[in-house]
Amino acid sequence: MTQPSEQLKIVIVGHVDHGKSTLVGRLFYDTGSLPDGKYEKIKASCEHRGMPFEWAFLMDGLQAERDQNITIETAQIWFRTPKRQYVIIDAPGHKEFLKNMVTGAANAQAALLLIDANEGVQEQSRRHGFLLSLLGVKQVAVVVNKMDLKGYSQATFAAIEKEYRAFLTQLGVTPKLFIPIAAYHGENIAKKSTQMPWYTGPTVLEALDQFEIAPPDANLPLRFAIQDVYRFDHRRILAGRIEAGTIKVGDTILFSPRNKISHVKSIEAWPGEGRQSASAGESIGITLAEQIFVERGQIGSHEDHAPIEADVFKAKLFWLGRQNLEVGRRVKLKLTSTEVECHIQSIEKIIDASTLAEKNQNFVARNDVAEITVRTKSPIALDNYDRIVPTGRFVIVDKHMVAGGGVISKGEYPDRREILSGVKSQNIFWSKGKIDREAREKRNKHKGAIIWLTGLSGAGKSTIATDLERELFTMGLHTYILDGDNIRHGLSANLGFSPEDRQENIRRVGEVAKLLMDAGVLVITAFISPYRDDRRLARSLVDDNDFIEVYVNAPVEVCEQRDPKGLYKKARAGQIQNFTGISAPYEAPEKPEVEVRTDTQSAAECVAQIIDYLKVAHIAQDFTI
Amino acid sequence: MDHLDRLENQSIYIIREAFTKIERLAMLWSVGKDSQTIIWLARKAFFGHVPFPCVFMETSYDMPELIELRDKLTKEWKLNLIIARNDEALAQGMNHKLGRVVCCSALLKENLKKTVEKHNFGGLIVGVRRDEDPTRAKERYFSPRDKNMEWNVEDQPPELWDQFNTDMAGGTHLRVHPLLHWTEMNIWEYAEREKIPNVPLYFAKGGKRYRSLGCVPCTYSIDSHADTYDKIREELRTTKKSERSVRAQDQESEDAFEKLRRDGYM
Repeated sequence: MTQPSEQLKIVIVGHVDHGKSTLVGRLFYDTGSLPDGKYEKIKASCEHRGMPFEWAFLMDGLQAERDQNITIETAQIWFRTPKRQYVIIDAPGHKEFLKNMVTGAANAQAALLLIDANEGVQEQSRRHGFLLSLLGVKQVAVVVNKMDLKGYSQATFAAIEKEYRAFLTQLGVTPKLFIPIAAYHGENIAKKSTQMPWYTGPTVLEALDQFEIAPPDANLPLRFAIQDVYRFDHRRILAGRIEAGTIKVGDTILFSPRNKISHVKSIEAWPGEGRQSASAGESIGITLAEQIFVERGQIGSHEDHAPIEADVFKAKLFWLGRQNLEVGRRVKLKLTSTEVECHIQSIEKIIDASTLAEKNQNFVARNDVAEITVRTKSPIALDNYDRIVPTGRFVIVDKHMVAGGGVISKGEYPDRREILSGVKSQNIFWSKGKIDREAREKRNKHKGAIIWLTGLSGAGKSTIATDLERELFTMGLHTYILDGDNIRHGLSANLGFSPEDRQENIRRVGEVAKLLMDAGVLVITAFISPYRDDRRLARSLVDDNDFIEVYVNAPVEVCEQRDPKGLYKKARAGQIQNFTGISAPYEAPEKPEVEVRTDTQSAAECVAQIIDYLKVAHIAQDFTI
Repeated sequence: MDHLDRLENQSIYIIREAFTKIERLAMLWSVGKDSQTIIWLARKAFFGHVPFPCVFMETSYDMPELIELRDKLTKEWKLNLIIARNDEALAQGMNHKLGRVVCCSALLKENLKKTVEKHNFGGLIVGVRRDEDPTRAKERYFSPRDKNMEWNVEDQPPELWDQFNTDMAGGTHLRVHPLLHWTEMNIWEYAEREKIPNVPLYFAKGGKRYRSLGCVPCTYSIDSHADTYDKIREELRTTKKSERSVRAQDQESEDAFEKLRRDGYM
């Protein structure tokens, strides 16, 4: 019976030419992990190019690298000791490839930092040490290579150790180990060097086996980051990963920001039955006992250990972007599944990562590390990095690409939950009055529901809404119309027509519609609501059966010809920005409950079609037209 | 959580990110052991559903066992199967005797390019692993391809803390690699634990088994007596042969596979 293969991911960093790839090649050779023929292939390749044997060719899989003899990307390969399997990420040392070093190191659980005994501590030795501390790689062994070139001198080794230890101490990092090696000759790699009897510590392989695999912390406060909301079947499942802590069926969960509370009804699983609890590191899905609006980017926690809710915070940022990051420039911040627009409000300090000297400039340049104050456009849920790592760090996206990373500094952030969300975090349980929806529906003899009309301007939403309401009202049903006239002028008077504002408008309409529905009313809404996600958001506020999406469909040419309010004309003339169908997109529903064609059907036919659906869906089956 | 749980949870996270972020997402489904793992993980991620099309690249030289399992599972798992074939090249008689790399280029690479264009896919889930080959070791989880499907390996954006580059410039599509951090060993450990259906070709019969599956003329079986999961794992523990050494098209020149991949091969 074979043992399961435990894995530890390690990264090997350090200045260019200090021997990282050589060390890796040697580790492979000494542990007998090289595939058949690989050693011979490299040997032949070296002879073909007329050069001495080069261990580094093992890692450098790409043709371009063989020609230039530098490692461009973070390759990963595997070898094993009797204890476990290792994944080695060979991070490049060239400064222009720092983004690759960061990619490699951010995914590692431990690091070997190489320093050339001949050259001593260099720019990238310091920069990589600094970045390892920012990236949260705590297990580090410093390996002093090419000892053979210094006659295996103990004094050389001691001097480098002293200098580098002093540098790391300033960063608050205490290296576990310093190991003198000669990778090319295999000294202190797999077996103790006979050349350096003065060194009594572990070899590189022994050091690796001393590193530990830290599991995600199940005992920290719960942080459940919502990735998506699924409705593949009758279930409405909140999917996401537990970033910290433990969640159990029955738990009261507070979702931040927005402060909504519900209970965990089930933890779903496939295949097999649901489970009773789940912990940090697990990608799960839950259903809630009370239907509330939750979306991607929110973080579920327990009430008494909620994350900080803030729109201003301090952070330490490393920047890898091609373009400088200036104070005030708008970029995107991503923290777990949260995405929000942000800018740097102020720069406290810019640090040269290799000298730790301060620079005097009001922008963050490539390869800089900076202490900054960040302001986000809307409040987000976060934690201090030293308290909960996954919700205490973020990346910045600039021009479609991840361009930097940051960790949220220690410090007291006033809990702005009440001010920012406008609701108190306590006592916001949905209170069930004595008269509930069921009682109202029983008396009304029909169900409450939301009939959501969507379509282009001029497609006929208002006409259909008005005609439909008149029909239903005459039949004796309780109805109400929400449209631009009664929402945009009041409840949403402070909103414009940008995608963000449209989303907020739809959210408000959805919430009001939900309240009216709870009052037993058949709510008809008539909004363009061009974005699929926004409509899905409105749908997610209520049970699936309560939401009837009606696609009022007419080709844009027809709508433009009708142009009842003269809006298309204005949009064509450039007087209206973001006009749906002209200068902003309309995303047609994929599976509307009802679709009516106002270019081929009369208004009466469309209304009849909707009422037919209400009957079939058992919303108003006891009424006749 | 053991190491397989960790691998599984990470992959589910990636598949869910892809589904949330990418419009018109599809997966390449070869029915081989890696794509069987992905489809299984997708069903876990989406609670029994596979909410995107599964694209099978048919070359007409496919292993019949794969086709059989493909059709069986499509029915049982209610999959949205898309069969992609480069009929034009086949009509002109394309086969491996015209050159293995030439053939791969036409029946897989060009075929894939046409399929992506036809369906306007915004992203493709692909089952590559870092341990398969040095060029695959350089991959990111989310890797943009330009409109010519080319992979700019020297200038990839950083990928850290599970924050993937999901925003794209126009004309690009994303390759998503949920199994990047798995090894061949992990695939078999997981297949056994989860009882994932796989074609019998992987298990030894008469002293031979397949380790990696491609087209009939270009895939060799290896000498092996590994007819159980245990024996396969034991074999992998001691082998010094690389997984793709049984794929003839890789052996044509020192960097044959690398060039195929840069041009958009899986």
